[in-house]
Amino acid sequence: MIELIDTALLLIMVATALGFVFIRNLFAIVMLSGIFSLTAAVLYVVMDAVDVAFTEAAVGAGIATVLGLVALSLTGRPDEAPSKRSNIGPFLVTMLTGAVLINATFDMPNYGDPEAPAHQHVAPRYIQQSGDEIGVPNIVTSVLASYRGYDTLGEVVVIFTAAVGVLALLGRRRRATAESRRGAGSAVEGMTGKSILRVTTKLLIPSIMLFGLYVQFHGDYGPGGGFQAGVIFAAAIIVYALLFGTHRARRVISPGIVRFVLAFGVLLYAGVGVAGLLLGGNYLDYNVLAHDPVHGQHLGILLIEFGVGATVAAAMITIFLTFAGHDRPMEE
Amino acid sequence: MEFPGVLNYWASIVLMMIGFYVVIAQGNLVKKIFGLNVFQVSVFLFYISMSKVDGGAAPILDDRYQIYSNPLPHVLILTAIVVGVATMSLGLALIVRIRDAYGTIEEEEIERQEAEMP
Repeated sequence: MIELIDTALLLIMVATALGFVFIRNLFAIVMLSGIFSLTAAVLYVVMDAVDVAFTEAAVGAGIATVLGLVALSLTGRPDEAPSKRSNIGPFLVTMLTGAVLINATFDMPNYGDPEAPAHQHVAPRYIQQSGDEIGVPNIVTSVLASYRGYDTLGEVVVIFTAAVGVLALLGRRRRATAESRRGAGSAVEGMTGKSILRVTTKLLIPSIMLFGLYVQFHGDYGPGGGFQAGVIFAAAIIVYALLFGTHRARRVISPGIVRFVLAFGVLLYAGVGVAGLLLGGNYLDYNVLAHDPVHGQHLGILLIEFGVGATVAAAMITIFLTFAGHDRPMEE
Repeated sequence: MEFPGVLNYWASIVLMMIGFYVVIAQGNLVKKIFGLNVFQVSVFLFYISMSKVDGGAAPILDDRYQIYSNPLPHVLILTAIVVGVATMSLGLALIVRIRDAYGTIEEEEIERQEAEMP
C-alpha cells in the first residue's frame, strides 16, 4: 500500500515537473513550483522525514511561491518569449547525463534496505546514543544542533549572506519620492477593499505566530526547530504585508529592527560556541555550559535554535520587504 | 528486482533531467531559476530516499520503537531547503537588476543587446 502511495506521488511530481518544460506562462510556473514542493513534502512524510517535510511545506510551498510572485511582478511580462534556438543539443546532453546516472543506480542498494552503507557509519551512534548524550527525543534536532553544529552554523551564515546580498542588490531605492514612500508603485500595495480577506487573515496572523513559537520551542520533542519556526514566523509578517501593503508592514516591524535580528541570530549562535571555549570546552561543545552535561546540551540547543529561528525569520522578512519595496518597472 | 527497488532513485534522476533541461535549454531567466529549483528538489528526494529504512519510524525517540530511519540525511536536507530558498531569492534579485538594466529577462535578447554595444 505504502509503495503505491509512493509511486503515485512520484508520478505526480514527474508530471508537475514536465509542466515546467512546456508551460510558457511564468505565473503558472511559480504556482506549479508550489504544487511541486507540496507533493515533495507529502512524499517526505511517507519516507519518515517529518522534519524535512515540515520545512519543505513551509518554505517551498509557502515562502518560495510568494517570493517568486513578487519577483515576477518586478520583472514585468509574465509570458516567456518563444525561443528560436534549437533544443536538440541540451536534450542530448540531458539524456546522456540521465543514462549515466540510471546506469549507476544498478549498484545502489534497494530502497529501504537496512543494510545499506548509508546506515552503517555514524547514523547508528546518533540513534543509539543521542538519547543519553543529548537527552532530546528528536534525533534530527540532536544532530542538527549539537553533533553537526558546525554545519548548521555554516548554513545560517549562508542564509544571512543571501539576505545581505538581496539587500545590496535591491535595497537602495533610486528615487525616494513621496509617492514611493507611501508604498504606491511598489510591488505590494496591499489589498484595499477586500474586507473578508482582511478580517479573516487578521484573525489568522496571531495563530500563525503562536504556532511559530510552538514549533520553535517544541522542536526538541517533535518535528520542528529554528528553521521551520523562523519561516512560519516570517510568513505571518509576509501575509500582513500582502494584505495591508509594505508601507504599513514597515511601520509594524521596522526594517532596522529586522536587520538587527538578522545579525543577532548569527552572533548568538557563534557566541554560544565562544562561551563554550571560555568555559574550557571545544567550540560549540555544550557539555560545559551547565553543571551537568545533559543540561548543558539542553541550554546550548535552546540558544542556538533561537539564534537560527531569529536569523531565518529576519532573513525571510528582509528578502520579502526588499523585493516588495523595489520600484515596479515602467509599463511599456 | 523486487518492487519498489530503486524506483525512487530513478524518479529523482528523471526529475533531475527535467530540471537540468529547463536550466540549459530555456532562455527565460526566471524559468531557469525554477528549473534549478526542480533540480534541487530532485537531489533532496534522492537523499531522503536513501535515509528510509524498512519498518523504521520517524527519527524521534520513543520506547515503542527500536528501528528508526536514518536522521543524518534529514538534517542535511532540512538546512539545504532553507538555504535553497535564500539563494533562490538572491538569484531572483539578480534577475530583477538585469531586468532594470536591459529591460528584458530573455537570455537571447540580453545577448543581442550585448553584441550591439560598442
